[in-house]
Amino acid sequence: MNNVQLRKVGKVYAGGFEAVRQISIDIPDGAFCVLVGPSGCGKSTLLRMVAGLETITSGEVAIGDKVVNALDPSERDIAMVFQNYALYPHMSVYDNMAYGLRNRGTPKPEIETRVQEAARILEIGHLLDRKPRALSGGQRQRVAMGRAIVRKPRVFLFDEPLSNLDAKLRIQMRVEIKKLQRALGITSIYVTHDQLEAMTLADMLVVMNKGKVEQMGPPLALYEKPQTTFVAGFIGAPPMNLVEVPAGGMAGLTLAHPPQVGRFILGIRPEHFQLSSEDAGPSALVVELTLTAVEAVGSETFLYGAIGGAGREIIVRVPGKADIAIGTKLRAVADAHDLHFFHAETGDRLPD
Amino acid sequence: MEKRVTFDGKALPYLLLAPQLLVTIIFFYWPAVQAVWQSFLIQDAFGLSTEFVWFENYQTLFSRPEYFRSLVTTLIFSSVVAFLSLSLSLLLAVQADKQIKFASGYKTLLIWPYAVAPAIAGVLWLFMFQPSLGLVSQSIRALGFDWNPLLNGDHAMALVVMAATWKQISYNFLFFLAGLQSIPKSVIEASAIDGASPMRRFWTITFPLLSPTTFYLLVVNIVYVFFDTFGIIDATTGGGPSKATETLVYKVFHDGRLGGDLGGSAAQSVILMVMVIGLTAIQFRFVEKKVQY
Ligand SMILES: Nc1ncnc2c1ncn2[C@@H]1O[C@H](COP(=O)(O)OP(=O)(O)OP(=O)(O)O)[C@@H](O)[C@H]1O
Ligand SMILES: [Mg+2]
Repeated sequence: MNNVQLRKVGKVYAGGFEAVRQISIDIPDGAFCVLVGPSGCGKSTLLRMVAGLETITSGEVAIGDKVVNALDPSERDIAMVFQNYALYPHMSVYDNMAYGLRNRGTPKPEIETRVQEAARILEIGHLLDRKPRALSGGQRQRVAMGRAIVRKPRVFLFDEPLSNLDAKLRIQMRVEIKKLQRALGITSIYVTHDQLEAMTLADMLVVMNKGKVEQMGPPLALYEKPQTTFVAGFIGAPPMNLVEVPAGGMAGLTLAHPPQVGRFILGIRPEHFQLSSEDAGPSALVVELTLTAVEAVGSETFLYGAIGGAGREIIVRVPGKADIAIGTKLRAVADAHDLHFFHAETGDRLPD
Repeated sequence: MEKRVTFDGKALPYLLLAPQLLVTIIFFYWPAVQAVWQSFLIQDAFGLSTEFVWFENYQTLFSRPEYFRSLVTTLIFSSVVAFLSLSLSLLLAVQADKQIKFASGYKTLLIWPYAVAPAIAGVLWLFMFQPSLGLVSQSIRALGFDWNPLLNGDHAMALVVMAATWKQISYNFLFFLAGLQSIPKSVIEASAIDGASPMRRFWTITFPLLSPTTFYLLVVNIVYVFFDTFGIIDATTGGGPSKATETLVYKVFHDGRLGGDLGGSAAQSVILMVMVIGLTAIQFRFVEKKVQY
């Protein structure tokens, strides 16, 4: 069993800065866990504590039910893919991949078969004699992956492995990483700040903020039921509209069943709006908007409108193209099950 | 838009370069040409007449066993100093790199020797190791070792080696530290995850990645030992005892200045000059091609 458990893990850096606070995560054997959050929230720190590159200030990290706090990185049987790939610049691609096996005294013929196997899977067989500097970014990325998989570790750790690639290659590699992880069935922890990458890769998504876990669970559960305004704003692109509604209601915004709490925050995703006409039947939410900007991307169009003509600006997504002039008055409606209500002060989700 | 400053006329660049060119010509090229010219001349004992003799000075030089003895002395001296100063400074740099917290104070201490003039460094070491009064000599004596660099050639050699090494460590240290800090941390971390022990990590990752720095320093150190150690040797042993520490550059001075053999001394300088040109050429070729990974 190669499950990974973090038990109340904390990290205080030498300067006294608390980068990670009391994080507990239970990653089942073979799962793909993605840590996502804004820059500086402690994702890398947490990952590096699992790797053994950073000491653990408090709590425990267990791999396969064995606490590894005191073990060196080499004894934890993990492999890591770094953001800058960290290939050994003076070694050929072959030697880069063979290095870890040689250090562990693997017999030569086995090294040969394993490296060739990994090279075949990653389609880098023709590059084995090259030095890293003679490779493109995408090829380096593959070599870094190869170096991780030849060792057949218990856990894969990825720290933003795709962020140095161009957009197209990133999507391609994302798909490949997912396939590879499925095929090998190796427990993985993947750090990114790209929410789309996080949504598509994760079996288990952990949203972090300021060293703490905001919410974790299957990606769609986080999309459908964000527990805090932070998660609501972080997952999904463009982000969920969050509108603070004062106790007496808001001009241009009509709710059929507002929560009975006075002031609250209303959340609604741009893709859950529909445009409707005056004479349509009643809706759970009706917003009167004045169009301020239009963003057309071809397959869909984002309409920016001010609530009630002068209030807060929100985004409405409509499919396909929309030919509407700026300043036009619009009426957007949404269903009850697409509405989210959060506490005005704490940002926590209100009970349904 | 990029704004470009342009000057009219062709004279200005040359004018701006003139001071540097002048210094180079007066202090480097002119003496070099003079040395070459002089190496073809023989002066009589009273300096009254000179005769153009082509390569006779060189022939005499190569027929003398002292010259080869001096060459061997230089080779031993330079390889020992280069080896010691490189390995010690690498060791110190690796320690400083680990403890970057204390590094600034540590660095300052290590850089001091570089600011000391060679002759002063020589005198310093001479005092410390002076057979009867020197602090270090007394301790060595106390251990039952008969230390006497004034009479024993090997001891004298050890003394100048120590002084020259000490002086060169600062320079090497700075370059090694810069070299170490330019190695990405993640590469070292990757090798730790790949199961390499700290020792193995050093020899398989750090050391190879430092090779351009090491090679550069090797050449610089050899050139340093060949030429800049004159002050140290002159102040410490004066080439003695019985020429045990007479390096090529010291011999140039000794033969020319003290021995009055200007032609022979010039010929020696020319040979040294050729050696340095050779070393520098090797350095440029290698640094640009081979040692890079
Ligand atoms: N060695 C260190 N000493 C002190 N503070 C540190 C150290 N390393 C990181 N930090 C701090 O800890 C916090 C978390 O850093 P971390 O690298 O884990 O962030 P991250 O979530 O990976 O961010 P990013 O997405 O930018 O990589 C940051 O505020 C950072 O300044
Ligand atoms: Mg990071």
